[in-house]
Parts: sequence; C-alpha cells; structure tokens
Amino acid sequence: MRAKPEGLLRLTALLGVSALALTACGGNGENGTTDEETDATENGGAEQTADDNGEELDASGELTVWVDADRAEVLADAASDFEADTGIAVNLVQQDFGEIRDQFVSQVPTGEGPDIAVGAHDWLGVLVTNGVVAPVELGDAAGDFEDVAVAAWSYDDQVYGVPYSIENIALLRNADLVDEAPESFEEMIQLGEESGATYPFVVGLDPNEADPYHLYPFQMSFGSPVFGQNEDGTYNPEDLQLGNEGGIEFADWLAEQGQAGVLNTNIDSDLAEENFNDGSAAFQLTGPWNVPSALEAGINVEVDFIPSAGDQDAQPFAGVQGFFLSAQSDNTLAATTFLVDYIGSPEVQTALYEVGGRAPALSESFEAALADDEIVAGFGEVGAEAVPMPSVPEMGAVWDFWGATQAAIINGDGDPAQLWEQMAEDVEGAIE
Amino acid sequence: MVENTTSGPKQPHSMKQTRSQRQAAKIIDATSMGWKLILFKIVVLGLLCATAVYAALVLFMNDRWLIGSLVVLGAVALTWIYLQRGALPAKYLAPGLVFLLIFQIFVVLYSGYVAFTNYGTGHNSTKEHAVHAIMLQTQDRVPDSPTYQLSVFEEAGELLTSDELYFAVTTADGTAMIGADEQPLEPLEGAVLDEGRVVAAEGYELLSFAELLNRQQEVTNLVVPISEDPNDGYLRTQDGQRAYQYTSRYEYDESADTMTNTETGEVYRDTGEGAFANESGEQLMPGWQINVGMDNFVRAVTEDSIRGPLIYVTLWTFAFAFLSVATTFILGLFLAVVFNDRRMKSRKYYRLVMILPYAFPGFLSALVWAGMMNQEFGFINNVLFGGAAIPWLTDPWLAKLSILIVNLWLGFPYMFLVCTGALQAIPEELSEAAQMDGAKPFQAFRSIKLPLLLTAIAPLLISSFAFNFNNFNLVYMLTGGGPRDVSAGVNVGSTDILISMVYKVAFVGSQADYGLASAFSILIFIIVGTISVIAFRKTKSFEELN
Repeated sequence: MRAKPEGLLRLTALLGVSALALTACGGNGENGTTDEETDATENGGAEQTADDNGEELDASGELTVWVDADRAEVLADAASDFEADTGIAVNLVQQDFGEIRDQFVSQVPTGEGPDIAVGAHDWLGVLVTNGVVAPVELGDAAGDFEDVAVAAWSYDDQVYGVPYSIENIALLRNADLVDEAPESFEEMIQLGEESGATYPFVVGLDPNEADPYHLYPFQMSFGSPVFGQNEDGTYNPEDLQLGNEGGIEFADWLAEQGQAGVLNTNIDSDLAEENFNDGSAAFQLTGPWNVPSALEAGINVEVDFIPSAGDQDAQPFAGVQGFFLSAQSDNTLAATTFLVDYIGSPEVQTALYEVGGRAPALSESFEAALADDEIVAGFGEVGAEAVPMPSVPEMGAVWDFWGATQAAIINGDGDPAQLWEQMAEDVEGAIE
Repeated sequence: MVENTTSGPKQPHSMKQTRSQRQAAKIIDATSMGWKLILFKIVVLGLLCATAVYAALVLFMNDRWLIGSLVVLGAVALTWIYLQRGALPAKYLAPGLVFLLIFQIFVVLYSGYVAFTNYGTGHNSTKEHAVHAIMLQTQDRVPDSPTYQLSVFEEAGELLTSDELYFAVTTADGTAMIGADEQPLEPLEGAVLDEGRVVAAEGYELLSFAELLNRQQEVTNLVVPISEDPNDGYLRTQDGQRAYQYTSRYEYDESADTMTNTETGEVYRDTGEGAFANESGEQLMPGWQINVGMDNFVRAVTEDSIRGPLIYVTLWTFAFAFLSVATTFILGLFLAVVFNDRRMKSRKYYRLVMILPYAFPGFLSALVWAGMMNQEFGFINNVLFGGAAIPWLTDPWLAKLSILIVNLWLGFPYMFLVCTGALQAIPEELSEAAQMDGAKPFQAFRSIKLPLLLTAIAPLLISSFAFNFNNFNLVYMLTGGGPRDVSAGVNVGSTDILISMVYKVAFVGSQADYGLASAFSILIFIIVGTISVIAFRKTKSFEELN
C-alpha cells in the first residue's frame, strides 16, 4: 500500500533531477572556446593522417540549422544533398518562427546556438547590435537575387544572409464588384462606392495603435519615408524623414479619411477580412496571408498595385525572409557553402516558394513563380517595387510612437499636423 | 509449585506465540512489500544517479564546473535521503524542494543578478565576443574588387613541412598568385590552371574539399595580404572556393585594449561602460555585459523618462489590484450568500452557471471581451446601448473601468467558490442563536458570519491581491496597456500595470533592456512581498481574536 505514494514521490524526484540536468545543459556556459580548441586538435589529427596516407578522407562534423516547421521539410532535402556531397551532416532543429530571434540572441553567446537560422530581415538591427550574426559574402551571386531582397538583408554595408522570400501587402480587389484596377486612392473609393458594396475599401486597424505597416504605402505616396536612404539603399537612422512636409500632408489626409469614415480604427484586421470575404467590401489592403480564406469564400480575387493617395508611388514595406549565419559558428566554411550554394540554389528557392506561397528572392525562381501563379505574380510585382522595412534598431523607437499617433489622428483627437510633429519630435528624442 | 512452574511459563508462552505469530505475519508481509520496495528504490535511484552522472560528465567536459557539481550534489543528497531509514519529512519534501530550487529560487536569484548588469540589446555577451563581432562586421569588401577563384594549398613533401596554408588565386590577366599569412601575394611558378582556377602547383599540394572542411577554422581565419601596402587590403574566404578583397574599418590593439578606426584614426577605448567609446562618448556596438551595480535602480528613480511613468503605473497597479479584489470579493460573497439560502430553489444549477466564466481560459475571455467592447461593432455598444459609440477601450478612464469590469467577470467565480465553501463550514446554529437573541438577519451576518468567513478567506484575498498585482494576461490581451496619451511622449498607456511595463521594457521593440526590466521585477517582488507579509501578520491577529 505504501509503495504507491512513495513511488510517485520518487518519480517526481527523478523528473526533478532530470529537469535540473536539462536546465543545467541549457544554462549559460562562460567558455565558448573549449569547443574550438577540441575541434582544432581533432582537425590537426585528421590532417596528419591525410598527410601520411595521401588519400582523400571524408569530412566530419555537423551543421546545426534552426528552422520553422514549414521550412523544415524543404531543407531536409537540401540537407541530405549536402551531406551526400560533403559528408557533413545537417541537423535541422525546429523552432517557432517568432521565437527564433530572441533565442538566437541569447543562445549564440553560450555556444548553444546554431550555425544557421531562418529569420526575417527586420531582425538584423537587433542581431547585429548584439554581435551574434556574421556577414555572408554573396559575391557575384548577389546579382542573382531581386534587388529589394539583397537590400533588405544589407546592414551597414554588409550582407548578412541569403534571402529566400519576399513578402509585402498589395490591394485585393473583388473582381465581381469592380472590374478595373484603380489608378488613385480617390478613384478606388469612387469605384468601390459605385459597386454598391457596404465598404468601398477596408484595411485592418487597431483602435489604439492603428497600423503604420499597412498605411505606409499611402504615407510614401506623400513623399514621407521613415528614414532617408543612403546611396546603396540602406537606411540612415540619423536622417529622420517622418516629420517632413509630406508627413504633415499625410497626417491631414489621415484626418480627412478618418472623418469620411474610409479609415476606421474600429475595423480591425479580422473585421476587414470578414467584410471582404463576404463580399461587403470592394477592396482590401492586406498581405498574401488573407488570400486563401478569400478564395475559399468564393471571392473572385484580383491583386492590384496600391493606388497612390499623394503624388508619388505608393510603395509598401517589403519583409524579406532568409537564412543567416552565427558569428560564433565553428563551421563557417561548411555553413557558408550550405547557405550560398544550396539555399541560394533555384531548386531550394522554388521548393521554399511552393511551401510558403511567397515570391522567391532568387530572380530565376522569382520569374518562374510569377509565371506560375497569378496571385503570387500580383504580390510579386508590387513587392519588386517595395522598399525594405528598415531594420535599424532605431526603428523600435518609431514603432513606439507611430501607431498611437496615427490612431489619434484618424479618430480626430486633436490637430493632425500638431500631433504628427509632436510624434516626430518624440521619435527623435527616443532615438537619441 | 509444579503447577506454578508449568502454568507460569505456559501462559506467557501462548501469549508469546500469538504475538510472535502476528510479528511473523507482519515480517512476511513487510518483507514481501519491502522486497518490491527495495527493488523499486534501487531501480529508480540507479536511473537517477546514472542520469546525474551522465549530465555531470557532459557538464564537466564543457567546463561548467559549478552546475556540474550542483547536479552531483543534488543526486547524492537525494540518494542519501531515500536510502536511509526514517527522515520521512525529507522524503516527502525533497521533490518539491528540487522544483522550488529550479523554478523559483534560481529564477529569482538570476533576475536579481541581471538587475545589477547592463544585459540587454547591445550588451549581450562577453567582451571577447564583442571584439570578434566588431571585427567581422566592419570588414568591408573593397568596392568593385573581383571575385577570386580560390584554391587552398599546403606545402608538399612527406616530412618536415609546416602545416601552413596557402591561398592561390588568378588575377584578371590570368597570372597565378600565391600567398599566406603575412606573406603577400606573389607570382606562382609552375601553376596548372583549369577554368581560371589553380589546380596544381609545384612544391604545393591542393587541399580537397573534405580537407578544407576539416580545417575550416584555419581556412576561414587565414588573412593573406594583397601586397606589401596594407591599404590594398587582404584576401579572405568564407567558403574555400571564392576569395574576396577586404579592408578593415577598425583595428583592435590587444595590449592597449583599443579599437582604432583605420580611416579617421579615431581611437575607441574601453571606458568601463561595457563598450568601446571615443573621446566624444560615441560608442561602438556591440558592447558587452558588465556589472553596473545599482545603476538600474538609480535610473528607475532618477531618470525623468522612466520615473514619471513608473510612479503613475505603480499607483494604477495598486488601484487595479485593490479594486479587483474588492469588486470580485463583494460580488462573489453576495452570490455565495444568496445561493447558500435554503429557500433558493435549483441552487445546484445556478451555482454551475456561476462557475462557467472561471472554466474558460482567461486570455480567451479577454480577447472576446475586447471584441465585444469595440466602439462601433461591439456587442455592448450595438445591442446593450442601442448603437451608442462609447469608447470602452480607447478612453483613458473608460479603459480602466473596462479592465475592472472584465476582471470582475473573470474573478468573481473564484470568490464565489471559496465563499460558498467557507459559508457552508460555518454552523447554522450560530446564526439561529443570534436570531434567538434578537439580532436581525443582516446584523447576524455582519457580526457573526462575516468575521468567521474572513478568517478563512483572508489569506486567499491576499494571494488574490498578489495575483492581480501581476495580472499580465488581462492587460495584454484586453488593451495592450493602451490607450496612450500621444502627447506625453512615453510608450506607456493608461492601463499599463507594472508587469506589463516590465514586459515593454524587456521585450517590445528592438532595444531590450533586461537589466532595467529585472530591476523593476525586483521592485515588484519587494512590493508584493512586503504587502503579503504585513497582511499575513494581520490575518494571524484575526485568528487570535476568535
């Protein structure tokens, strides 16, 4: 009779100690150099045998790659090819995409980090400032990728990863309601109203934070980017353009549209999606993630360029996903080869596109994908003209203030120009 | 006498027999149980020790002496506790203590440690790593320089050769060049070229790709100067196939511990702030982690941009926690009293319904409420208020009220449950006796039942206060801390409580400051701890009264 509770206790004790051991394994080691040393001696030994026997020997070692579930399957094929070609095994570790950035930042210094990880280009600011990511020299291969993809993965004159997909928003049109692509914002609203839909145009906004990401194309059309760009296309955080004249015009425009009810902070992204999918909205500004549900709902979806509200092109932000290299990797040579020659190959890029449904970053695969699918072509064409989302850490300060001010302006809480100027000042203050 | 002598031992004998029989039965029983028990003990402890030994070996091999020894100590202590006789309390407490150590004490101590460092974005690792990263990041490819087709060689010959590696490349005009560490490129005699790549050279042996991989650290660390002039830069390779021409923007002088900008000549020194900084205070990122003493705490109370919001948020956190406990307790108690009345019919079913909000995950309810409180499309405004546009979540004061309303919805079932339990434990005779003495029902409740109830409930009210003080889920899911006063210039909203502010400091945006966030957490810990201790003292005096 007594065995039961004690048995349970012991089981718990066992679990406890295993947990202790696990925590210990995951804990921070202060010495990352031992691995390198042992590797060096091992390598020394290997090289000796090579000399003595004069025959070719198999490379040994392992690459660790952090990858999200969707990408894992595609990479598994590339990994087995790589192992067959080089003898180096690739250990794919599945991680939640959203967790990878912070995990990478905290694990790389302990020596527990991977050699390669998947990520989004706007993490670069954090990764570079923390010194956990190493540049990847694409060399001539840089020209094989879409310009926006390489520009996005560049930071401070260096390229930090091999991009694989480009993601951006575009204008979805219900082709059963409106049969032509609008040229300007006013035309879009007019077409939408004529179509008889309840809402001519919807975009998901948050009541407190609006959505600067989705509203950015309109801001760009007034000539107000967040930061000025250097010659090579990278952003210069010291040149804040947010508060320029175009920005003020954009603020006035926001207030106007808010008053007219075209922009409505009570329509969040779920409501926007719902209204478009049941046919009560003619246009929706959104990303490719909302297309499958619209198609499933039987909407005849067309993807158009985002119409301009000001006098310049309405360029959205592009988010570019890619694979990057750890600054503490002991296998730089193998990892770089895997990145440039395998992940950068048309086969892998196309396979990644087929899983993710986003336009590939490699031009060859990009063209093929555009020819293959109308929706992807629609987004891809907009994406090719998009500007990379700034990855500089100063962008954090911008996000902190940007959305709240937009929401206030749309809701008519105060003078738009004044609020906008105040925001620009606050951002400048926060950056310093 | 004879009879005495015979009967004397006889009686005890028979008694002895029954006692020894009982004992024997017990022993048989115990040994059969004990046999299984001992085997079980040995297997489980054996597994535990094996795991611990394995873990310790791995840890020791990685030079993690402290954690490794802790694992060994822990395993020894557990084995000792479970192998000895007695020590029953220890046997019961040990597993719990292990979990307490790992999940509570360690976390608290670690946060405490981080609170005294500058850990955060830009101060993520050691100085050694920072120097390595700066050197990597500021190595610029010479503009318009070609891609060199690279072959890696070593000296040929069986014996007496060095393991030095050589880079062989071909220039634009097709000349083969070779160079090594601190040996600038020079023309290579007797080179065999194949498609622009050197595939063989006299006196040298080509490294195969597998050999490259085995010596990849040497290969990727090799720096071959282009010429005697250092301004021309150097060749490096990342993949062993292609070399590129680079120049370094910074030079690290190990003995002086300075970074020098090679273009401007500006010198960056380690100024003790966890980063290299020049004369004007401009810092090179990344920096590294250092101990900053009380800096984070000092900043929390002296820096205007932090202090202002901190005071405001602390006040609201107290108000929120106190009002949450008060409202849920009052409603829960009221319902408990109502449903405890025997005259009430179908009480069982009402009670079941009352507990429902408690059965849904809190964060889910919060999300649903956020939808219902939408100003234009929400259920509350559209249906309950006939289409009024009440800004439930976007007005600073209404948002506070909304948070309290939702928390009331989420929290009253708990109070209802514990009050029902406590009420049912109070004998009915007490209130009957009071009524006999002429007390009105409410009076009887207030002076007899309520004090008794409070004795039982008070500790739960205190823990409920502590829970609500850190009720992150609700704030995060319902309002995200908003709405914000956009003219205030700080990223703190009117419903932010301390813990959601800590979250913003540590994890939102790209400038994480774990040091400051940990310092806040320590402050929260001290506040909640102090209040709880004082309150528990108070409740003890309650008990003495009765």
